Amino acid sequence: MSGGVDSAVAAARIAEAGHDVTGVHLALSSNPQSYRTGARGCCTLEDSRDARRAADVIGIPFYIWDMAERFHRDVVEDFVNEYAAGRTPNPCLRCNEKIKFEAVLDRALALGFDAVATGHHARLSDGLLLRSVDQGKDQSYVLGVLTREQLSHAIFPLGGSTKAEVREEAAARGLAVADKPDSHDICFIADGDTRGFLAERLGAEQGPIVDESGAVLGTHAGAYGFTVGQRKGLRIDRPTPDGRPRYVLSIEPVSNTVTVGPRSSLAVSSIVAERPVWNGPLAEPYEPLACHVQLRAHGEVYGCRAQVSGGVLHIELDSPATGVAAGQAAVLYSGDTVLGSATIASSS
Amino acid sequence: MAYLDHAATTPMLPEAIEAMTAQLVRVGNASSLHAAGRRTRRVVEESRETIAGALGARPSEVVFTSGGTEADNLAIKGLFWARHAASGADRVLLSAVEHHAGLDPAHWLGDRQGASVELLDVDEYGRVHPGTLRAAIESAPERVAVISVMWANNEVGTVQPIHELAAIAREHGIPFHTDAVQAVGQLPVSFSGSGVEALTVSGHKVGGPMGVGALLLARGVDPVPVLHGGGQERDVRSGTLDAPAIAGFAAAVRASVDNREEHAARLRALRDELIARVRHAVPDVILNGHPDERLPGNAHFSFPGCEGDALLMLLDAKGVECSTGSACSAGVAQPSHVLLAMGSDAVRARGSLRFSLGHTSTRADVDELVNVIGGVVERARRAGLT
Repeated sequence: MSGGVDSAVAAARIAEAGHDVTGVHLALSSNPQSYRTGARGCCTLEDSRDARRAADVIGIPFYIWDMAERFHRDVVEDFVNEYAAGRTPNPCLRCNEKIKFEAVLDRALALGFDAVATGHHARLSDGLLLRSVDQGKDQSYVLGVLTREQLSHAIFPLGGSTKAEVREEAAARGLAVADKPDSHDICFIADGDTRGFLAERLGAEQGPIVDESGAVLGTHAGAYGFTVGQRKGLRIDRPTPDGRPRYVLSIEPVSNTVTVGPRSSLAVSSIVAERPVWNGPLAEPYEPLACHVQLRAHGEVYGCRAQVSGGVLHIELDSPATGVAAGQAAVLYSGDTVLGSATIASSS
Repeated sequence: MAYLDHAATTPMLPEAIEAMTAQLVRVGNASSLHAAGRRTRRVVEESRETIAGALGARPSEVVFTSGGTEADNLAIKGLFWARHAASGADRVLLSAVEHHAGLDPAHWLGDRQGASVELLDVDEYGRVHPGTLRAAIESAPERVAVISVMWANNEVGTVQPIHELAAIAREHGIPFHTDAVQAVGQLPVSFSGSGVEALTVSGHKVGGPMGVGALLLARGVDPVPVLHGGGQERDVRSGTLDAPAIAGFAAAVRASVDNREEHAARLRALRDELIARVRHAVPDVILNGHPDERLPGNAHFSFPGCEGDALLMLLDAKGVECSTGSACSAGVAQPSHVLLAMGSDAVRARGSLRFSLGHTSTRADVDELVNVIGGVVERARRAGLT
């Protein structure tokens, strides 16, 4: 229970359904004040009080589990290391994979619980992960990395409801968090300044910004501050010959080089992704499988053919995609059903 | 349900409920001059006399407060300020196992007011040796502003040699404060006989209401106030006196002191049974604190391989209520400073639970605990390994 409206209603629903429910709030920092406060994020002192108050209203026991060390190692350090390697990680996805459905789940099972329920907007049906009925709030993408085993111990009570319905229900249940704003951004970056956060940890080493031919157009203050597909903040004073904007095409951490170019060069149609997870109804496809793929949270969905060979996933898109960043997950869908996922390694 | 957390708070005694409710329906401010005020003042002053009589103090030595924390703050901060202003004394000596109501005011004085805070080492049972205090004082006796050592520890129940410690302070003319919130009603406590200058009592630990307590303050010992205002209590504590709570508090102190010997003997027998049966169910359990010099209602254990949080949660789910006895920061359990000071490592400190008995405890409570503790420890051990 993060202290937000979703987990509060999720807890209320399963308690009402007759399960023996215990509320757990995760302490993710040894210094909670350093995380985002109140309305904007999660994991602060105020949020833990909100969560406890919700548990009291629902009438379930409530405990705080200290996951600060695991979170720091598996999410925060992973986040920094991924950027250092020129990739763009999704820390929420990593938190689901390593904290909520690994560290928390393992401890819960050992203590005699059967499952972990969360307020994620996604459905589970016969062990299969499906999109939420509220497509705008769907979170199946950040859960797509879970294994069948993890999903078999998961409960997502909110997947059949829209966010508006959840808020309405929270108000009707007398939960004070009914109007609490949604969390945004990254909970462990207190001021929302991702670039500053990374600079503090990785240093700010200047490097070249080059075009596709290798010509130097400018300098940057640290390659990790960029994301593939980014247009703003390049600070190149020389305009392009045709006056069109430049985009970040790739980031090379070893040479500390950022390559930029026209939007057309961003388009990719072939993707290679590592560490595939097959958690859907189908076996790993060794022949091309026609399905859909989502390449970032709340991103567009593309038709594709996906195939596993040599332990990696090869995806051929039906139409080119832009802003495909290494480190993000490629989550495969058939309709609303998640088939599996893998971490994007390269694209062309 | 087995409530084994009487050191956190204990149910109100019938005498206290009766005395308090009788006052709740009456109007009157003890500071008012009219008949209603006089009537209320009479209740307050009779309560003061009752408490003084039960604890070996003069009525004028009883300063009512909002509870133990306020009394500790008044004693430690107030005496530091007074002595510092008078002589420049800047040292504050406390045992390393004090409650946070004592430690935190002292550390605040250190951080913000120029005090030099020194924690007195304790032995493996949590006891301060008289020689430790003597050596600490004698390094610069004229600079010691105030000394505070609790009468009995809230976590592990260890009883301090208060009379000996107070006598050493007295040799040097240094005011000595003791937090006796856990001791009153379980141990013989006499303010005048103890040799201390200031002593903290709390209402809800002895079967009175929450939100009321007292600092017993010897004549001629005048701390600088923490709360300024009407000066109702000897000009060292301000605020309208809570006459109903004070009446309930006095009734509880009277009853718990009157019944102390019989009550303590009963608790000690029940507590010893609890310890023996928990040891039988969990053979590698470690009893913390002194084997004999401990509060009769206290049993404090470390369960190797377990996290105290997990044990507490599993016991709660089985209807057994106890405490990890450790301080919380943002609700996250920190290893107890008391156990660490006693030489325990952080892992053992985290795997600890306090069971504390009180006037409503029965053998059935112990049965309930013993019936589940083996299974709970086994399960917590499994979780501890993940």
